[in-house]
Amino acid sequence: MGCGTSVATETQGKIIETDDTVKTPCPALTMKAAVLIQRWYRRYMARLEMRRRYTWNIFQSIEYAGEQDQLQLSSFFSFMLDNFTQLNENGPDLISQLLDPVVDPWLGRETGYNLIPVPESYSGPRLSFPLSVSDTSALLGAFKEQQTLHARYVLQLLYETKKLLKQMPNITHLSTSYTNEITICGDLHGRLDDLLLIFYKNGLPSAETPYVFNGDFVDRGKKSIEVVVLLFAYLLLYPDYMHLNRGNHEDHIMNLRYGFTREVMQKYKTHGREILQLFQDVFSLLPIATVIDGKILIVHGGISDQTNLDFLSSIERHKVKSALRFPRRSLEQLDIGQSCSQMKRGRSTASSRPSSSCSHSKDHRTPSQRKRRCGNRRQDSTVSTSSSSSSSSSSSSLCSPRTPSSLSPHPCPSPRMPCNVNVLQVPFLDSLSSVAPPLPPQQDLEWKQIVDILWSDPKTQEGCSPNIFRGGGCYFGPDVTQRLLLKHGLQLLIRSHECKQEGYELCHGGQVITIFSASNYYEEGSNRGAYIKVGRELVPRFYQYQVSRTTRKLTLTQRVRVAEGSALKALKEKLFSHRSELLSGLQQYDHKNTGNVSVSEWAQVLESVLRLDLPWRTLRPHLARLAPDGSVEYKSCFEDMDSGIPLPQVTPNMAETLFRYRTDIEIIFNIIDKDHSGLISVEEFRHTWRLFSAHLGVDIDDRAIDDLARSIDFNKDGSIDFTEFLEAFRVVHKLDNKDQQLNEKMNGDRCS
Amino acid sequence: MAESKQSAEVTVSDVHKTIRAAFEAFDYESNNTVDVREIGTIIYSLGCFPTQADLHDLIAEVEEDHTGFIQLDSFLPVMSKVLLEHKFPPIPEDLLLQAFEVLDKEKKGYLEPEELMKYMTQEGELFTQEEMDEMLTALADHEKNVVFYKDLISQLTIDPDM
Repeated sequence: MGCGTSVATETQGKIIETDDTVKTPCPALTMKAAVLIQRWYRRYMARLEMRRRYTWNIFQSIEYAGEQDQLQLSSFFSFMLDNFTQLNENGPDLISQLLDPVVDPWLGRETGYNLIPVPESYSGPRLSFPLSVSDTSALLGAFKEQQTLHARYVLQLLYETKKLLKQMPNITHLSTSYTNEITICGDLHGRLDDLLLIFYKNGLPSAETPYVFNGDFVDRGKKSIEVVVLLFAYLLLYPDYMHLNRGNHEDHIMNLRYGFTREVMQKYKTHGREILQLFQDVFSLLPIATVIDGKILIVHGGISDQTNLDFLSSIERHKVKSALRFPRRSLEQLDIGQSCSQMKRGRSTASSRPSSSCSHSKDHRTPSQRKRRCGNRRQDSTVSTSSSSSSSSSSSSLCSPRTPSSLSPHPCPSPRMPCNVNVLQVPFLDSLSSVAPPLPPQQDLEWKQIVDILWSDPKTQEGCSPNIFRGGGCYFGPDVTQRLLLKHGLQLLIRSHECKQEGYELCHGGQVITIFSASNYYEEGSNRGAYIKVGRELVPRFYQYQVSRTTRKLTLTQRVRVAEGSALKALKEKLFSHRSELLSGLQQYDHKNTGNVSVSEWAQVLESVLRLDLPWRTLRPHLARLAPDGSVEYKSCFEDMDSGIPLPQVTPNMAETLFRYRTDIEIIFNIIDKDHSGLISVEEFRHTWRLFSAHLGVDIDDRAIDDLARSIDFNKDGSIDFTEFLEAFRVVHKLDNKDQQLNEKMNGDRCS
Repeated sequence: MAESKQSAEVTVSDVHKTIRAAFEAFDYESNNTVDVREIGTIIYSLGCFPTQADLHDLIAEVEEDHTGFIQLDSFLPVMSKVLLEHKFPPIPEDLLLQAFEVLDKEKKGYLEPEELMKYMTQEGELFTQEEMDEMLTALADHEKNVVFYKDLISQLTIDPDM
């Protein structure tokens, strides 16, 4: 060892000289030592960075895959609603139950709050309208103390907000000449801590501190109600200084899945439904865009090549209640019957889904084309907008969103179905329905314009392509941005919608800024949040922050480890819920039934079945064991996971289906359960299950369903507690306890 | 003879796959290029311990015309050679310990943050302020506010095989 010997010789050689002085090692040695330590440390950090990046990829892939599922479910709902009235003469009118008809929002539901008594014992804020500063202060104080605002005040607040929003145009125009700098915030997703931190750092909304909040106030986080109540309260207090844009999560169907509905029903058991109804109206009345000084356009998602701000200004925005309810179509336009039966014939039993391109309806692109964005970029040094204010990031960022490089034309789903390029292939559950391109009816155009604004993402390549990954909106290229900005005399597009590691990111040569304000979005320490300030000179300045829940600061190592653990858990659940398909794919490479395949084969099967673009080889050590000869023991993937409560009537295949579609089933149940009691009737359960499994093409015996229904009706009163039912299909990680102990031990050993 | 040749081939192809996987993580546009500033991370993640000088040399070999980008085609052969020849081997723990001990002149068994900062930001291949801050946050014992390097070395050199 070169260095080792040199230490000995050099110290020996220099001993006489350095004896009298403090034992300073010779400079050359110090330098060598320093270089060694630096080298080691840099490498360690790089490894950490890699892990963090992979973790990020996992979260993003799963998130986007989940959102895509969501859209499929909704297209199913829409179709059913538009075309069927009753499934079964004897059964309940399930479809009409599925979604409330669009009732004129100006009727009813208004002054009911007056009749709601507020008990003496209620110690929370008692709002008086019109709101004053003392009311908003009371709200801030109460929410910091974990108090809940009484339903009566929530309803009144919503009603007043609705009245106010009705008067607002679709696009809000602001001017910096009357105000100081305007602060622009991105997604909050129910993170009250982030909102409070922003208010603390930047000041409460006021004439001196005007704000624009760019959508996605609710869902995912646990305090969506508090966040949105505060935002609306300030809106009512200072309508000239507080501005809100609608986001894709200000949408009652999204709320069903992503947590807002659940939060409302849990916190407001009696009046939850009314509150949700009002939220539905208020959300659809939120303005869709804000323009500052005629130069900066702020929208939640992005734009498309069809975006027309003049047209957008003129439409009736409240008519688009939900982006996930497609405008009505007639049966002729939907070629669903043919494709549906096609799929059914293609399926054998519930045990395996054929992996032919026929059923790969979710995504036709090859994995490399589906690459999602990595939340780490380097700052493009040629970008003129400054980001110097307080961006002290350990990893700088590039300005090139990762996008599909080219969308290959869809492989023809089957020889029988005509592969007409003009026909849209709308994924719906696991089948494809051919939809003729939308006709010009006003409804369709309006719907598309709004969905584009709320759901689109920027990409690096030129052009505008459908955002198949999200299931709505577009991918828009720098040329689309350029054209729109030019057309309307704008210079900058500010949008949100995507989580960025540093809280913000520039692209399209600095013409597009993404701003995201929910720190630690995926996991503690996963990302910073940020906000933008613009003054009269219209140069954006960025301010970053990160909420830390623990009192002592987590080191990067700890953060990475925690985030990684979470991500891997989520990933393993995905594996588990696709077990039979994975096994059948793997067994095709394992003719001798040894239980082993090569690493390449393993990676390939996982990639094609799960359709998540992840570095499987690198992740392999966390997911599966290697045999002594270097091959993968593929069954080891599933070893440490199991289902919750075993129900004897549930066959393994049924269990898997339930795992996979657990969230979707939950949504359906939530919709059916009108009074949100947590119970549905046995009959409704049967209906739902049959409906759902029919469209999945999963053959489940009617009798099996009946048996199951009966068995879950634990107290035999004809109703099923579906929360309990769903609990049974939650994936349990057997090693959970062990992991926890290990983590605690490691934390204890650390010198912090 | 045939067997050893086969195993040699397997090794090379495996090396290629590993390099590709690491490269792809930074290939945002899926066109087999990465920004040159990410190369360091890629090389480190492949198990190598180059110095900054080594990195510069490697990049010079691989980068074309100062475009700021590196092509997989250029990178793959060079990196494969590095891996197969074990060019930048890991630093053995005891060596690292000796390095720390050199800096710990008074042989206290720990380093004060200021001491470490002085060395890292003034000697060798200097740390930036950011790197220094992160190192101190990561390595310093929060209570006593010193760096117990002996404990660290064993903890931090064991990282999962990624």
